[in-house]
Amino acid sequence: MKKWNKSQVILSLIFGLFIMSGFVVPVQGVQKAIILATTTSTQDSGLLDVLIPIFEKKTGYFVKTIAVGSGQAMAMGQKGEADVLLVHSPAAEKKIVAEGYGINRRIIMHNDFIIVGPPGDSAKIKGIKLASEAFKKIASAQALFLSRSDKSGTHVKEMDIWKAAGIKPEGEKWYQQTGLGMGQILSVAAEKKGYTLADRGTYLALKKNLGFDILVEGDAILLNIYHVVEVNPSKWPKVNAGGGKAFADFMVSKETQEIIKTFGVDKFGSPLFFPDAGKKEEKLGK
Amino acid sequence: MDLILEGIKKAFYLLFTFDPEVIGITFLSLKVSGIATLISLFIGISAGVTVALSRFIGKRIVVSLINTGMGLPPVVVGLFVTIFLWRNGPLGFLEILYTPTAMIIAQAIIATPIVTGITLAAIQQLPQKLQLQILALGATRLQMVWILIKEARLPLLAGVMAGFGGVISEVGASIMVGGNIKGYSRVLTTATVMETSRGNFDIAIALGIILLLLAYFINLILTQIQQRERPR
Repeated sequence: MKKWNKSQVILSLIFGLFIMSGFVVPVQGVQKAIILATTTSTQDSGLLDVLIPIFEKKTGYFVKTIAVGSGQAMAMGQKGEADVLLVHSPAAEKKIVAEGYGINRRIIMHNDFIIVGPPGDSAKIKGIKLASEAFKKIASAQALFLSRSDKSGTHVKEMDIWKAAGIKPEGEKWYQQTGLGMGQILSVAAEKKGYTLADRGTYLALKKNLGFDILVEGDAILLNIYHVVEVNPSKWPKVNAGGGKAFADFMVSKETQEIIKTFGVDKFGSPLFFPDAGKKEEKLGK
Repeated sequence: MDLILEGIKKAFYLLFTFDPEVIGITFLSLKVSGIATLISLFIGISAGVTVALSRFIGKRIVVSLINTGMGLPPVVVGLFVTIFLWRNGPLGFLEILYTPTAMIIAQAIIATPIVTGITLAAIQQLPQKLQLQILALGATRLQMVWILIKEARLPLLAGVMAGFGGVISEVGASIMVGGNIKGYSRVLTTATVMETSRGNFDIAIALGIILLLLAYFINLILTQIQQRERPR
């Protein structure tokens, strides 16, 4: 037999490495997989990293978390490309339930939106009670405002507030539409010294890098409510309905609600989300 | 500056403590991009050699298409692969969206035109008379192709490096078709994006450094092969 030269040895080493790496990543069963379409805030805050391993261990399902904006998550549900949704865009959720694509919409938790901005606060909005008043001031001061512009729950809320303020910001010079996720836009806003609307959970998780202040909080319009919605298997037969339901049930279970209640307290000094399972949406924030 | 130092420290910490998650992510990156590159080599070298050695009407158009494909935007590939692999899409029955397999497919599509284009150029730059000479010495057509490939080894290995470098550093398609699922389809690039948006810049920098190291070692090995003395 011919002796191997150096390159053949190296090549076979590389090849061996590939084969070995196959064992490092275990192959998961397909039929037990659940596709969870969710918003970026649940992933960026780290909550799902805590909850999903518990769920997987308990039920044997394998959760594929696809973290996109609520808008895209619901589009995936509407197309039958996800099994269960964890989202925070109530009006749009009601719409897909009414259209029959989503079923069994249940409340999970809430936190609130806040308006954040640079410490200088050139639009002088700090301490204003009404979010719409604050937006009016930002507009009249022509202070830089960064918008998600991705049909996410946060973006929908932002548009609601602009509407309440009676302002159409699109096309204005001081209004920049980014299309970024929650975590990214906070960094961009901090860097550019602009204002933005954020959910408190992501803000707290990123606070240490931002040098940003909460300027407006506590207005009822700023409530941020998360629901689970199961995707309707009678619309889309390929949906893993059992898995979707198991995940939704897990989210409203007492144990999970307890974890949500304390999540983030050790790291940020206050909880990032408040559990709400079983409560009525209309009663929140009152 | 502190942040970068912090990131470098973190990178070595994660590497030398064999952080299981980081090791898993690194191996998955290597595996997905490695297999995708192997597939692209198979298709790309065959296609490149075929186009280079044949004459047909519209060859220039084909070549220009391949050269355009070398700049194929990964997000566009990701978008189309996603649409095809949707449960209710044309290839939905495969049920491979949001798996490493889907990432391999997308990356192979990205790398193939790169390898094809470089192969094409490499074979075409060989002297025309070489083919005739080889055939005249009694080689079969297949043997001739093999000798030509060996002769063009230098640029071909550059093609391998370009293809591998293109896919291991790619993020748009991987995040779309893989979903960045923890412990399953999360690779170095998608993890870097996620940690950045989480504000964990030190971990993001650490992952970036690991990615660079990985790319460097792979290229070092390939360069060794490329630059060694030609057998006489």
